[in-house]
Amino acid sequence: MKKKIVIIISFFIFFSFNSHALIEVDITRGNLNPLPVAVSPLFIDSTSENKISKELGNLNIGLEISTIIENNLKKTGLFNPLNQDAFIQKPDIAHLKPRFEDWQLIKAQALITGKVEMLENNLRVEFRLWDILAGREMLALAFTTVPNNYRRVGHIITDKVYQRLTGEQGYFDTRIIYVAEEGPKTQRIKKLAIMDQDGANTKYLTLGNELVLTPRFNPTNQMVTYLSYFRNLPRVYLLDIETGVQEVVGTFPGMTFAPRFSPDGKKIIMSFAKDGNSDIYTMNLESREVEQITDHPSIDTSPSYSPNGKLITFNSDRSGYQQIYVMRSDGSNVKRISFGTGIYGTPVWSPRGDLIAFTKLHKGKFYIGVMRIDGKGERLLTENYYQEAPSWSPNGRVLIFYRETKSGDQGEGFSATLWSIDLTGYNERKVETLTDASDPSWSSLLTK
Amino acid sequence: MTKSIFISTFFHIFMIILTALSLPFMRRAPLDLPPIVSVELIQIGDKTNLPFAPKAKKILEKIKKEQERIVSEQAPPKLVKKEKPDAVPLPKEKIKKKEKIKKNKQNPEKIETEIRQVSEFEKKEIFDPNQIAALIDKSKEESAEEIKKNNKLTQSQDKSIVSSGLTLSEEDALKAQIFGCWSVPLGLPYNQDLLVRIKLELNPDGSIVNTEILDHARMNKPGQSFYKVLAESALRAVKLCQPLRVPATGFERWKDLQLNFDANEMLKG
Repeated sequence: MKKKIVIIISFFIFFSFNSHALIEVDITRGNLNPLPVAVSPLFIDSTSENKISKELGNLNIGLEISTIIENNLKKTGLFNPLNQDAFIQKPDIAHLKPRFEDWQLIKAQALITGKVEMLENNLRVEFRLWDILAGREMLALAFTTVPNNYRRVGHIITDKVYQRLTGEQGYFDTRIIYVAEEGPKTQRIKKLAIMDQDGANTKYLTLGNELVLTPRFNPTNQMVTYLSYFRNLPRVYLLDIETGVQEVVGTFPGMTFAPRFSPDGKKIIMSFAKDGNSDIYTMNLESREVEQITDHPSIDTSPSYSPNGKLITFNSDRSGYQQIYVMRSDGSNVKRISFGTGIYGTPVWSPRGDLIAFTKLHKGKFYIGVMRIDGKGERLLTENYYQEAPSWSPNGRVLIFYRETKSGDQGEGFSATLWSIDLTGYNERKVETLTDASDPSWSSLLTK
Repeated sequence: MTKSIFISTFFHIFMIILTALSLPFMRRAPLDLPPIVSVELIQIGDKTNLPFAPKAKKILEKIKKEQERIVSEQAPPKLVKKEKPDAVPLPKEKIKKKEKIKKNKQNPEKIETEIRQVSEFEKKEIFDPNQIAALIDKSKEESAEEIKKNNKLTQSQDKSIVSSGLTLSEEDALKAQIFGCWSVPLGLPYNQDLLVRIKLELNPDGSIVNTEILDHARMNKPGQSFYKVLAESALRAVKLCQPLRVPATGFERWKDLQLNFDANEMLKG
């Protein structure tokens, strides 16, 4: 009898599970509108403010840092920082616990608040990221540094916020090295210059008495390799940015091009012409041994390593026109990957490893584009009269490159400027520099 | 012995019948009654877009103006202290809330009435003019009545359909609303599984009682930090869209709802 009851009950349970199925709705589309973010000015109390103004001059550091964050976020094209005039709540109270309704009212979906203090001689900056709709804190961090570093703090905060909201590493606490150019086109003075990713803190690294070309960052530390002509002979240099120490790696014959570091920073890879034939070579920076990678009667130039160091992409005219090729790092298994019409050059492997950026010349126009590493999915991001030399941001989302304008016979009207564009192809921006600029290279993140 | 065998076979047969009845394909078969569903789709598409857009715009503009006022009035509090104490914004907020409620009720209700009105209008047109019209158009009258009958049919059938699903138009309305609210994070790795399933518990007015991420464990797994970002964006979308455009009737069937947010298509395409 008991068994029967158990069986009957189990039937009822069986029925009840099946009687009500949950309704499912598939959401496969969304919008790509920038996320509205409110960046509240960082709060600072009066004693700390006095101390800081002694160190940095009359500067509203809280507002300054929040402006840096705002500008960074705006440049990504993924965020829409809201106008500070619309903020209802004061920075100090908002930092303790924001009144989420107030921020919802101005349509903010995320809020950044913070506090700046002076502890002895150090600047302490803390910030919180709030999810307005969920009504909770998403992230809270504090940094201590010397007061002069306040701009970097702003960039680091942006990196953290960016990573938390997009799921992707940021690229704000980085620097860009480029060739600063001055003077008429026929007598250009070219100097190496370095600046923060947002154009602040420009410093010149060379004097301008030698022609400098193609500076490239080491992916692991703050070293730069570049090419300089000394008595009309190309030399490859290594430069330590922190100390300013320069070192000649070697003098190479003939046309030498675009030295670049390997992903581990132990080798540099470049092309130079030996006996009139341009091939790709690597040089071990410790032993100074040179190894030939390609051996082909055609012109092979612009090599770039994949992030894992196992593959190399380069351009070559072995098929008749200059096209992009990929090979193993020992030079074997060479495969052509670009098959479009036009001339392809300066391939650069993305730090994410999934894409190769390139310059394309087709019907007198220059394009910057990307393709997958098997050559499929070619996308041209931007078109111009003359543009070249893309360099990836450390997260592989943005490319920086330079453009030159058409000039007259005497070189009048000539200018060279830096531009950035993201992978969507819509977010194109001019990168402000103090002088004309070319050949940019983006560093990796300064703090990891 | 024979008795127990008898009982055993009886229950076995019973089990087979039960499983057959409760198997999903057996249950879904009668749901495919296409003509009724498609009729509804067309009507809603026609009626919601055209006549209500200007009204909705007006309402939106009103709300915008209200918000602008609130913001501009609150921004410089020191200057206007006496006239506008802190309590001023509160009643306005209430007004705003009321308006919101009105707005949300408008759409589903009006759609419903519109659907019914179609047949009533036709009737009036048939009966109000001279009787000649009625004589000529007797066929119309009949057809109108047929439509009415059909409407009744749909309603009664709805209840049977209802037990396990929204109609296409209901689903479309909900989807369209959430499409507008969901900002897809662009930094997600597109070679990963980007599906977040969120279970909602709803109020009859479409506001949300509770949300639950179904693959919660995945959020804190190493190497899956992007999943947390995706899940949070989905939650934001749901909260931003609140109250959801739910059907005016049949609360019981949709009070628990599962939304599958799939970013794969967006990021790959």
